[in-house]
Amino acid sequence: MMPFLKVDHVSKSFARGNATTEVLRDIDLTIERGSYVSIIGHSGCGKSTLLNLVAGLTSITTGAILLENQEVREPGPDRAVVFQNHSLLPWLTVYANVKLAVDKVFGATKPRSERHDWTMHNLELVQMVHAKDKLPAEISGGMKQRVGIARALAMEPKVLLLDEPFGALDALTRAHLQDSVMQIHARLGNTVIMITHDVDEAVLLSDRIVMMTNGPSATIGEVLDVPLPRPRKRLELSSDPTYLRARETVLKFLYERHRAPALQAA
Amino acid sequence: MTAQSAHTLIVDTPAASPAVPAAVRSKEAQVLAFAPPRAPLGERVWGTVQSWLAVIVPPIIVLCALLLVWELASSGPKSSLPAPSRIWADAKDLIVDPFFVNGPQDIGLGLRVLKSLERVVMGFGLAAVGGILLGALVGQSVWAMRGLDPIFQVLRTVPPLAWLPISLAAFRDANPSAIFVIFITAIWPIIINTSVGIRNIPQDYRNVAAVLRLNHLEFFWRIMIPSAAPYIFTGLRIGIGLSWLAIVAAEMLTGGVGIGFFIWDAWNSSRLSDIVVALVYIGVVGFVLDRLVAGIGHLATRGTQAT
Ligand SMILES: Nc1ncnc2c1ncn2[C@@H]1O[C@H](COP(=O)(O)OP(=O)(O)OP(=O)(O)O)[C@@H](O)[C@H]1O
Ligand SMILES: [Mg+2]
Repeated sequence: MMPFLKVDHVSKSFARGNATTEVLRDIDLTIERGSYVSIIGHSGCGKSTLLNLVAGLTSITTGAILLENQEVREPGPDRAVVFQNHSLLPWLTVYANVKLAVDKVFGATKPRSERHDWTMHNLELVQMVHAKDKLPAEISGGMKQRVGIARALAMEPKVLLLDEPFGALDALTRAHLQDSVMQIHARLGNTVIMITHDVDEAVLLSDRIVMMTNGPSATIGEVLDVPLPRPRKRLELSSDPTYLRARETVLKFLYERHRAPALQAA
Repeated sequence: MTAQSAHTLIVDTPAASPAVPAAVRSKEAQVLAFAPPRAPLGERVWGTVQSWLAVIVPPIIVLCALLLVWELASSGPKSSLPAPSRIWADAKDLIVDPFFVNGPQDIGLGLRVLKSLERVVMGFGLAAVGGILLGALVGQSVWAMRGLDPIFQVLRTVPPLAWLPISLAAFRDANPSAIFVIFITAIWPIIINTSVGIRNIPQDYRNVAAVLRLNHLEFFWRIMIPSAAPYIFTGLRIGIGLSWLAIVAAEMLTGGVGIGFFIWDAWNSSRLSDIVVALVYIGVVGFVLDRLVAGIGHLATRGTQAT
């Protein structure tokens, strides 16, 4: 059987003038349908670059990415992205931001009223209906991130790509949103690739954790399966041996075997 | 729904809100919101009046002082320029009634200004549409930029009136020529500012558009225009100012019933007082035009700068 998403020996170099820097080298990864995969690594190692390759926003230097056996060549709504900094369009209301995506993806297949209902349904999923007529500037960071997630979910993507979706949030909001994302994942069963800096977040949410070595020429250092049953409760997990072992493995990888370049220099 | 409306009420009365912790925004919060410690109506009205007076009074004082100095300076019998009192005596009809019609060539200054404005609106409107489209092209495409930008940079330094002979030759008529001069004067700042605005569209918005697969037209309307709107309106504002500068000069040469030709005509028949009145009209209208475009820009770009 063909894998759902296959990243096949992908390398990525950026050229500036005559100098080329290899950011990613020989990334090889397969992801099954419906699984939740986290990518963790130190800042600047190329996580966003990898996600943008899967999204089709940047071009692959060598290798290929296959989604359901189709080569990924350009961006599209089947690989919806929640960007590192929410990227809502500031001149559109919360509702209009989501509606723009819905109209674009379902404009040909759903009638107007159904598109409205679908927009509202996705705002409900992230509990943002009450602020639907507000502009992004008028809502908090966590709310913006929720709208970004609603916009991505509304496209009914085959793969949901999350680039540090909770990075800029305080701990409480972060925990709250992690729970919402887990619930949504449980309900809709979508395939998710999430970038994170946060070890606990990675272990709590993921089926698999992809650990990346430091750049330049970063690659996959180790892949860890997290065989914790779902639904997962953060309080119960805090003393679960499987959870603790997974957490320790990731911590060891990040802070013993592949310390941040800045730390090594210091 | 209740919580929502209570929230709105609290926002309405800023003095009350710090006393209400976010956690207890329930029934109590609503009750508090209904008893805002507001200043009595009289005091608030007086406050508004005061702030208005602070804006209006200083320029009035300065204006009166200027008029007085002018009056004294040009009151001698050998003075070459008319004093304000002379102007009032000479051009009272022009000042008090902007819209009189005594014949095809003898109409009030308000009507003349309207005639000039008509040309400006047409020329500027064309420049706005053309400028935004060309600016979008130059901002979006590196090759269009490389090809067109040097040409724009040269053409934009050509003084407005230098275009007039060419356009008179091309159109063989005064009115379209004047409109063309307005167009060609106003279009450069619009093109340049629009293209800068388009080049400054954050990569994030381009990524969103790419993921959604917006086509060129959708990208233009949904992303480019709103995102570049602050820049576009800067260009439009410079453009309308230049248009107004150019129309007066152009009309001096092309004739007709516009305000520019009126000044030329008054000069030829030595009606200096009329010229002074016309200058005031032109200044005021130019000011209003500038504020109008700035105001529209302010309204239209409300959400765009915020992140
Ligand atoms: N367009 C580009 N041109 C040149 N170099 C780039 C470009 N985009 C990224 N890079 C380089 O690639 C490396 C990886 O960047 P990337 O944004 O993928 O890191 P990251 O792992 O997402 O970091 P963070 O966790 O801080 O978001 C960096 O060294 C960066 O300088
Ligand atoms: Mg990143």
